[in-house]
Amino acid sequence: MIQRCLLILTGLFSSCVLLFALAQEPADNQKCLQCHGQVFYEYFNEWTEQTERKTMNPFYHVDSIRMMGSVHKAFSCTDCHSPEYETFPHSGELRMEQKYTCMDCHGGDETFAKFNFEGIESAFMESVHFSNSNERFNCWMCHDPHGYQLAQREQESIKDVVHMSNQMCIRCHTDQFEFGLLTNKTPSDLTAIHSWLPNQAHHFNKVRCVDCHTDVQEGILVSHKILPKTDAVRNCVQCHTSNSLLMESLYAHRVKESREESGFVNATILNEGYVIGANRNKTLNVVSIVIFGLTVIGLCIHFILRLILLKKK
Amino acid sequence: MQYSSPDLPLIPFDISVAAHNVAGVCIALTYLVFLVYTRFSRNRIHYQVTWKGLMPRVIKQAMYYVFGVFRKQEPPFPISEDMKFNHLQQITYVMGMYALVPVLIITGLALMFPEVIIDDIYGIGGTLLTALVHVSAGFFASMFLIIHLYFSTMGASLTSNFKSIVDGYHESH
Repeated sequence: MIQRCLLILTGLFSSCVLLFALAQEPADNQKCLQCHGQVFYEYFNEWTEQTERKTMNPFYHVDSIRMMGSVHKAFSCTDCHSPEYETFPHSGELRMEQKYTCMDCHGGDETFAKFNFEGIESAFMESVHFSNSNERFNCWMCHDPHGYQLAQREQESIKDVVHMSNQMCIRCHTDQFEFGLLTNKTPSDLTAIHSWLPNQAHHFNKVRCVDCHTDVQEGILVSHKILPKTDAVRNCVQCHTSNSLLMESLYAHRVKESREESGFVNATILNEGYVIGANRNKTLNVVSIVIFGLTVIGLCIHFILRLILLKKK
Repeated sequence: MQYSSPDLPLIPFDISVAAHNVAGVCIALTYLVFLVYTRFSRNRIHYQVTWKGLMPRVIKQAMYYVFGVFRKQEPPFPISEDMKFNHLQQITYVMGMYALVPVLIITGLALMFPEVIIDDIYGIGGTLLTALVHVSAGFFASMFLIIHLYFSTMGASLTSNFKSIVDGYHESH
């Protein structure tokens, strides 16, 4: 009975915390951010009895402005980190604390059902990130919990979505420090390994890494099943065609534009770009084929009549 | 590229893009040569259109192509050193070389370097408009090519005009 009550109270408390977060008012984390939000921070050293000025470890630096715009802005630091951090200097043992993952808060919660966290977790566990990392790969390798923002669902421009998304991959795959958290290997030169890709720079600006390097999955907005590099998309025509792969991935949740009524295939892409082969105008296609056909027929008739005339000579 | 499909892999897409780009650059360079050559040589006289009474002359030539050829009529505007184009050819080549081809080249170069294209033109994507203009101009250029190749067979013999391209001499009918 008591256990049931405790369980209900814990559930109510968690819901309150989450509802509070959803109220969108940023929490007051000034006590932590006065150091962790700065490049340099100062503190009074009781041993030396001096005010010391130090550089904040960049891996412990929190961009407070990004945090104000993030989905977690209403959380206080100690909602996720140990309340013992309120004491300074921080105990060294606190480094050992187990960090929350997305599933600890969002798993099994109907409020976040549309994000399908369970599906994301399953997809991630099938990915090469999980299988090759001895279970060291976690959500925070890609997603910054302090600055996470919804891009696709908030109808940000495709350019911004692509940039935001690709930074998650590039940050790790080009930086020895980040890459070294998982392996002793040196990160490869992305430009060199993608040298087979025509108009490489344009592709990197207009298409996300995950559009080629993941399997499209039902019910998940952004696929988390990162494929081995040998399984990445290399056939241009998978995107540059009327049945474009991009419509199931990058443009999957865009509102279709009214241009579709004028006969453009994959019209939603046209809001912010143009993909050869994927954007055709059906009317123009038909008209051009008809004109071309009639011209060729006319010329053939002309030629045949000339040949008949020649034979008569 | 415009009609690419996984079900119809005629030419690998990346190869067709590369070939298209190379062809485009070659056209741009040879067009520059044409511009300079035509401007500073006697060739320019063939591109100087006499607009007065042009339409009746064009129609007369068109009627010759459609009917006159089969009635064994003489060409209404025979080729001479001062007039290597008949009026229908002349207006077509002038429109082609001074309107169609420049549009094709400019839009093609813009698509090769899409960062120079204005993002939004009264609510319509700049790349879309540029692509539409380029594809349409390319279509008309393709039509011109087919018709031009066919009409090249309308010399004294089927191949005489092609010989003229090589040796520079016109063979009379």
